[in-house]
Amino acid sequence: MSTHRTHEPILEVRGLSKHFGGVKAVDNVSLTVNQGDVVGIIGPNGSGKTTLINCITGFLKPTHGEVAFRGKKITGMKPHKIADMGINRTFQIMRPYFSLPAYKNLVIPLSSPRAKRIGGWRGGGLHGDRDTVAVDILEELGFERDSRVPYKLAGTLPTGYLKRLELGRCLALRPELIICDEVFSGLSASEISSLVPLIEKLNAQGITIIMIEHRLAELFRVANRVMALSSGEKITEGAPDEVINHPKVREAYLGVEEAL
Amino acid sequence: MGAPVMEQKRKERIDRGIKVRSETLYALSSWEEIGYLITPRVLFIAAFLLMPILLSPWPYWSRVGLSMCILALLAISFDFLANYVGLVCLGGAFFYGVGGYTSALLNTQLGLPPMLAIPIATLIGAFLCTAMLAPCLPLRGIYFAIVTLMYPLLMTRLIEAMDILGGTEGFRGIEGFSSPWTEQYGLIFGLFFFLFGLRRLVNEDQGLVIRAVKDNDQSVRASGISVTWTKTKAVFLASLPGCFAGAYYIHMYSNVGISAFALDLSIMPIAATVIGGGGTLIGPVIGAALLVPLSEALRDFGSLRIVVYALVLTGFVVFRSEGIMNVVSRKYQQFERWVKV
Ligand SMILES: Nc1ncnc2c1ncn2[C@@H]1O[C@H](COP(=O)(O)OP(=O)(O)O)[C@@H](O)[C@H]1O
Ligand SMILES: [Mg+2]
Repeated sequence: MSTHRTHEPILEVRGLSKHFGGVKAVDNVSLTVNQGDVVGIIGPNGSGKTTLINCITGFLKPTHGEVAFRGKKITGMKPHKIADMGINRTFQIMRPYFSLPAYKNLVIPLSSPRAKRIGGWRGGGLHGDRDTVAVDILEELGFERDSRVPYKLAGTLPTGYLKRLELGRCLALRPELIICDEVFSGLSASEISSLVPLIEKLNAQGITIIMIEHRLAELFRVANRVMALSSGEKITEGAPDEVINHPKVREAYLGVEEAL
Repeated sequence: MGAPVMEQKRKERIDRGIKVRSETLYALSSWEEIGYLITPRVLFIAAFLLMPILLSPWPYWSRVGLSMCILALLAISFDFLANYVGLVCLGGAFFYGVGGYTSALLNTQLGLPPMLAIPIATLIGAFLCTAMLAPCLPLRGIYFAIVTLMYPLLMTRLIEAMDILGGTEGFRGIEGFSSPWTEQYGLIFGLFFFLFGLRRLVNEDQGLVIRAVKDNDQSVRASGISVTWTKTKAVFLASLPGCFAGAYYIHMYSNVGISAFALDLSIMPIAATVIGGGGTLIGPVIGAALLVPLSEALRDFGSLRIVVYALVLTGFVVFRSEGIMNVVSRKYQQFERWVKV
């Protein structure tokens, strides 16, 4: 599945740090993501993964360092401008529109300037009927149309659906780079195994993906490169099997003693 | 032991069959379903259209009917901002005053007749209000509420202190309407326009984006949509009925003064929304239809008027906090029964 991968960098993070008072949540992290990559980010809770994503997507301003997308500096840009360029993220703590039905949650991104300009998912933002396209996306994500799940109020749906709704919001925008913050956590094993092929399919369509995950088995199935963080610092980066065997990763992340 | 077993019961609400049926295309296939859907709307519209005719023998109550429409417009503006955009605006009088003064200037300085001055003042007023409120849009919750409360008060002081816009005297001799019928139906159609226009908008895609800001502004940003710009558009939409109400009113009474920024005009719409039921846009109109006649009827109580008024409001907040419209539409659409737990 690596035919679409290139060595053209799509996202470059250079020396990025984010300090909250005395806490160095992210400390001098650099990362280059190439077009077509699936990059995994792993690390224990509190190691700065979400903060790094927030800095990349403009939801937080980094203390030091910069981020470039396709060679253009995006640090300091407003989050909606960055999203408009095609860097679309999910939230670890899901942020659905609780008072709207699930499919109407996707009508929002389908009504965004980006979707109106480039069409969104299968051109759904251009032609009038956004509702139908929204339901199509949800069906692709495993919302059973026959039991009318896409039409239920988002506020009444369980976590598994809300996680996938987060992903749906990204897809609706026809992203170039998707950043998933722990979409697999809270999902059942069968839900995950149905999402993995979808992620592979999206990647095969040329969408670059960054995934923060604790589910290493599933992550390593899709990721071609992994970065490990610990206490805000990058410990190592490389192919999945190299990273997992790195002594510092085993120690910091897996809590496995080297002697074992 | 012979202790009595307490039976626990819980209220269960179930959609009426007719409600479910009339949600689908099936609704168009039977008169019963069509009737179910349109009867409340027809009754509502008919009540307003007949009001000027039925009240024509009593000019005093005709005036009360007009005041009710004015309050309804301000209440719609409040309800839209508070319950669809998530901006609690305590300065409804600001829209009203700006609309009123703009129309007064258009009429007295440029000689535009009311039927031209009012719509133009509505638009210009809404632009002015939006531009002046724009700096407050990043504020949230109570901060936005307090700042907007200041706006009309500030206008009063500015006009007094700088002696601009006619100072404490205001403008007099503003042109009135050609006939009482034009006056009354012009206002009623204006109310319909804003009420049904906004009701329609909130269910369209652009309206959903506005509602999404209230639900979760971070997700709106993550979807590549500017929250500030969306709020700006929403404030403009909410300014329109408010400015229209002010512009209309000053032609009814042929004068405008600093009382156009009075605190009552900010507070009464909130009361109407609470009583009628927020988040429905119709509810505020119903609330206004109850509040205005009530407050007239209470004139006999003299200084106790405010006390009775406050008791009614408190009663509503405590016992029917969802408001009349929400209760009535629930009863219309669902039946309730007690079930054992
Ligand atoms: N807004 C904030 N203010 C202060 N500290 C924060 C904030 N956000 C995150 N942190 C701290 O930064 C560190 C990294 O958090 P986070 O990025 O959420 O980690 P992860 O996503 O890897 O679990 C934690 O110690 C957390 O307490
Ligand atoms: Mg996290």
